[in-house]
Amino acid sequence: MTITVFTHAQLIDPETEAPHPGGLRIEDGVITGVGDVSTQGADTVTDCGGAYLAPGIVDIGVKISEPGERHKESFASAGRAAAKGGVTTIITRPDTHPAIDTPEVLEFVERRASQDSLVNVLPMAALTKGRDGREMTEIGFLMDAGAVAFSDCDRVVTDNKVFLRALTYAKSCGALVVGHVQDPVLSAGAAVTSGKFASLRGLPGVSPMAERMALDRDIALLEITGARYHVDQITTARALPALTRAKDNGVDITAGVSIHHLTLNELDVADYRTFFKLKPPLRSEDDRQAVIEAVAAGVIDVISSMHTPQDEESKRLPFEEAASGAVALETLLPAALRLFREGAITLPQLWRALSLNPAKRLGLSCGRLSVGAPADLVLFDAHVPFIMDRTKLSSKSRNTPFDGARMQGRVLDTWVAGRRVTQGLL
Amino acid sequence: MAFRADHLLGIEHLAPDEITTLLDLADRYANQNRQGSAPRDKLAGMSQINMFFENSTRTQASFELAGKRLGADVMNMAMQASSVKKGETLIDTALTLNAMQPDLLVVRHPQSGAVDLLAQKVNCAVLNAGDGRHEHPTQALLDALTIRRAKGRLHRLSIAICGDIAHSRVARSNIMLLGKMENRIRLIAPPTLMPSGMDELGCEVFDDMQAGLEGVDVVMMLRLQRERMDGGFIPSEREYYHRYGLDAQKLGFARDDAIVMHPGPMNRGVEIDGEIADDINRSVIQEQVEMGVAVRMAAMDLLVQNLRAKRAAHSAQTIV
Repeated sequence: MTITVFTHAQLIDPETEAPHPGGLRIEDGVITGVGDVSTQGADTVTDCGGAYLAPGIVDIGVKISEPGERHKESFASAGRAAAKGGVTTIITRPDTHPAIDTPEVLEFVERRASQDSLVNVLPMAALTKGRDGREMTEIGFLMDAGAVAFSDCDRVVTDNKVFLRALTYAKSCGALVVGHVQDPVLSAGAAVTSGKFASLRGLPGVSPMAERMALDRDIALLEITGARYHVDQITTARALPALTRAKDNGVDITAGVSIHHLTLNELDVADYRTFFKLKPPLRSEDDRQAVIEAVAAGVIDVISSMHTPQDEESKRLPFEEAASGAVALETLLPAALRLFREGAITLPQLWRALSLNPAKRLGLSCGRLSVGAPADLVLFDAHVPFIMDRTKLSSKSRNTPFDGARMQGRVLDTWVAGRRVTQGLL
Repeated sequence: MAFRADHLLGIEHLAPDEITTLLDLADRYANQNRQGSAPRDKLAGMSQINMFFENSTRTQASFELAGKRLGADVMNMAMQASSVKKGETLIDTALTLNAMQPDLLVVRHPQSGAVDLLAQKVNCAVLNAGDGRHEHPTQALLDALTIRRAKGRLHRLSIAICGDIAHSRVARSNIMLLGKMENRIRLIAPPTLMPSGMDELGCEVFDDMQAGLEGVDVVMMLRLQRERMDGGFIPSEREYYHRYGLDAQKLGFARDDAIVMHPGPMNRGVEIDGEIADDINRSVIQEQVEMGVAVRMAAMDLLVQNLRAKRAAHSAQTIV
């Protein structure tokens, strides 16, 4: 038996209301003691020196570009990036080439992940074949093969009948469906959110209402089917009342938001900076503030990186032609700490959104500091300042909007099932 | 001398004194052009490349003539027929051209922001000849010069910009410029062709010509950009003409001495009545074209002065 003991830490337990000093005892990769723990029989004792010790981040919606675009990101590079960023479980997206829509492709992904990745990788599978929105995938087989959720990612299933059937079938399998809410017709061709900024830049914009419209449809279908549903990103104020109402009415719905929509707004695009082109596009400052409040209030359950690697060639184009998305595995934690320092959110609230809620939604035992949970941990200093340098990222693609930004908060070490995975990386 | 910019990418980044400097010089060039006395050696030895990724006859000819009047060597590249068609990216095209050491690049591109992107990758002076729906700075400058010559000033005027504002880079540049010079700007368009948030830019927004044109000094018409419309912005051209086309009756709501402008090419009988366009007492449309050459001469002259200063500073540094 291997015993590791952490002492002198500030523990961030997402199931409590405030960080408190204490330690952890780990036996064979599982937490066996929390708080005032003894070092008796320990193989290793780690003195945390007063730094924060929290559950590792559970990140729903990470794109690893395998299969298909391994030059953009691989399981090895994403695993290193995750370890450096305190992310201990990656939930991968199926928007690869080909899409992950059969048990065979899923098994390939799992094999590559287990060989190469430093952190846990759990795959999502496509909801419809080829993410084409016409025929549902083999949801049962894919669950047997290890799919933790089903999603067509940023493609919306426009055929209501197809979506209704897929939700009905998924419900019978107990599967979680992850959807993207964006009216596909209104948002077609849009590069930014409509408004003064879009008008000034002469860029095609989409009304923020497109998000609410799609959410309303999905809620109606959930009322019929009772399916388990998670919205990948809610980014506008106008969508929030509908989400709250659905939750109050007992619809089995949760929602997430990307770290970028919590920390940046549409004006950051400035003079056509394509690293700020996201899907959905960055929103107004009013929307950003409303979404932060919704996270603090628990209306929005999950914060994720929506890590989307893009190479230089797909970004060094005129704004409308440039690819969407940003990498964020390594910047998620320092960016999230901005919300904490602004006083918008407490650390336990933050870790509910980063770790506990996504783990619960996916039925995972990680994401908490309790006896019996796996020792997936991140130790960090919340205040050390640094200037973000994208050339130092471990991701193969370095399309971060935070390049050159002043940030605070650095990961000191990350453990997955009690094993330190940041050796030689930090 | 108060013109500091290295490129002319848009009006947004110009200060009012830079605009005035440019217009003053352009005014002199306009007079010299009439006398045939423009200094033919101003741009001698300078090479100017016109890169038009979008069809243009008038603007390209105007830039070509402006360069030649000041003695530049001008080359036109028809980008639609070039390697762009073979999949070369804009950046690669820019780097290739940059390696040929041009001094002035005049660029028109169908994508908003494309000229900004290109300017980051080259070390010559770049002039935006229109990028997508973003900006068309020389058009706004020539409009400003035309107004200044007709009205004797370029401030505290009431100016209506009418028509297809949503698809118009001319409108955006004009809103910027006329706003910086402290004029009252009224935008008149059917709501489907009015971009959102324009009131936040300090413009008054109208969807009715009578209310919008009431007492204005300048009526600026825009071309209905049928080629950029993918369906359903207006019910029909005849209804558009009836409600928004400028005819004698609608012009009657403006001041008696109001001038009529249009950036061309005109759709007669769609946004403007032919007789109004040709009325030499009201229409300054031909003067706009004339001022276009003068403004482009001034812009290239000023940019080349800054370019020469920058190169001189650089080589002085290298010698030290």
